[in-house]
Amino acid sequence: MKLHTISINNLKRRKAKMAFLTIGLMVGIATIVTLVTLTRSMSSDIEHKMDEFGANILVTPQSNGLAMNYGGISLGGVTFDQREIREEDLAKIKTIRNSKNISAIAPKVLGGIKVGNHDVLLVGVNFASELKMKQWWKIFGEAPQADNEVLLGNDASKVLNAGSGDSIKIKTETFKVAGVLDQTGSQDDALVFASLPKAQKLLGKEGKISLAEVAALCSGCPIGDMVTQIAEILPDAKVSAIQQVVEGRLKALDQFKRFSYAMAGVVVFIGSLIVFVTMMGSVNERTTEIGVFRAIGFRKSHIMRIILLEAALVSLLAGFLGYAVGMGGAKLALPFMAESKNAHLIWDTTVAFGSIGLALTLGLLASLYPALHASKMDPTEALRAL
Amino acid sequence: MALIEIKNVKKHYTSGDDSVEALRGVDISIEKGEFITIMGQSGSGKSTLLSVLGGMNHPTTGDVEMAGIKLYQLPVEKLADFRAQNLGFVFQSFHLIPYLTAIENVMLPLAIVKTSSAAKKTAARQALERVGLGGKLDRLPNQLSGGEQERVAIARAIVNNPHILLADEPTGNLDSKTSEEVMTLFRELNNAGQTVVMVTHNLENGAYSDRTINLKDGMVVAAQA
Repeated sequence: MKLHTISINNLKRRKAKMAFLTIGLMVGIATIVTLVTLTRSMSSDIEHKMDEFGANILVTPQSNGLAMNYGGISLGGVTFDQREIREEDLAKIKTIRNSKNISAIAPKVLGGIKVGNHDVLLVGVNFASELKMKQWWKIFGEAPQADNEVLLGNDASKVLNAGSGDSIKIKTETFKVAGVLDQTGSQDDALVFASLPKAQKLLGKEGKISLAEVAALCSGCPIGDMVTQIAEILPDAKVSAIQQVVEGRLKALDQFKRFSYAMAGVVVFIGSLIVFVTMMGSVNERTTEIGVFRAIGFRKSHIMRIILLEAALVSLLAGFLGYAVGMGGAKLALPFMAESKNAHLIWDTTVAFGSIGLALTLGLLASLYPALHASKMDPTEALRAL
Repeated sequence: MALIEIKNVKKHYTSGDDSVEALRGVDISIEKGEFITIMGQSGSGKSTLLSVLGGMNHPTTGDVEMAGIKLYQLPVEKLADFRAQNLGFVFQSFHLIPYLTAIENVMLPLAIVKTSSAAKKTAARQALERVGLGGKLDRLPNQLSGGEQERVAIARAIVNNPHILLADEPTGNLDSKTSEEVMTLFRELNNAGQTVVMVTHNLENGAYSDRTINLKDGMVVAAQA
């Protein structure tokens, strides 16, 4: 016979009351687990999308000019005092503090050329990084492997009347069309893509680039900070963040996160109240019993240990069940909440241990006053028989 | 020197403007091995006296000395320790813990004692055998008769070999036949050397004791050997 025997046997006897207490606390914990897991999973999904959706930082030459285009209609523009970016400068980007967040750097050189009778825009790219960044590209044929191979945008293919496997002539050189892009609906449709060194040579821009796109992994990385860091090491370049719809979505998610935490707070408060009221009721019901304990020599600390041990056992159970139910709830809700069908649930041990720890802390805190109240009971008053 | 010395103990209860004098200067001396019954009508102060004697009810004035220790000069928690080590209580309504078996109820005072579980179990089993319930160790209180519950309560009170066994109307809820059995049990315990102080209003119970102290209106009016 130890003090815990009393706690455990009492829990066994008051099954209905303890089940109510466990459910009350469990609902609170499950709500928190569901909301935290949902917001984390949805954030991860959005971040994953941002990575897939390509560049979120653009590095262009510094210039004092104003672009004159709107809605895809270009009226030209005035550009002066333009400085160029040297290819070797791009290597510096990998030295910034948040370099581990850089997923890919895609340098580009742009220039107009003539293919047959048509003026087209030639884009020199590093195909490896370009394909990593533009995962939505669908190529009919193959991606270019050699310097004498090109990739045509869908519209360019039609205009130049060249398909996969055909050859086109640029200046004096003949290039094999390795593949043709499926319609993207973007400016890529009108472009001719060649390898960066070959395009630089054709355009007379050896060692120079027109712009570079940087894809940053957004998890835990503030894009704004990265822009500042890149701008510091490339003073002659203009570095800007591409504000995309997904960023707006992240903001909405942040608001949802705050709302979730507020909701969770309210639910936890109610859960704590349930624990408090139930434990207080239990203590009051057990007045005689506590009187007997005190009469036969139990110290105040012994009474507190009995009550708090009961609370701890119930809270631990509520924590385990709350985590399991919460994760189940998150799994059921995620397909409805997340936009992507590929969104996956994040199983985090921090949430698991956190929910159990939170349940234990709440249970013990809410039971502290009832336990103190019990320990201060006067044995004579409590027994009434003496 | 007497085992228990109660000197000029007074106890006043106040409720709003009203004040009730439950004990009005009680002096009692109890020797080791005595069997005392405290008798008196309802409201005479006998239960208050027992609670004062049991270290649970601080007297308004006066001293209670037990085995040379002035009880109410001890800090609250030390007083609890004293009760655990020196006193055994038998309550009128048994006050067994309903979710503990007979042997677990008897082991209750040992729950706060640092000794092995086996030793606790042996002591509880011996106490239950002593009161004639060796065959009902694992019964819950609601599976026992009133007399058996009373015996479990007595076994719980003696399991830690207390110096004094205090009983408050132990036969108050029992029929006459069971009352006789219980009183015989108290007598047997006393014959084995146990000091017993019992509060009762039943005159027949007084016959089992060595001495009867009569209380009236909070004062000792007569002591009979």
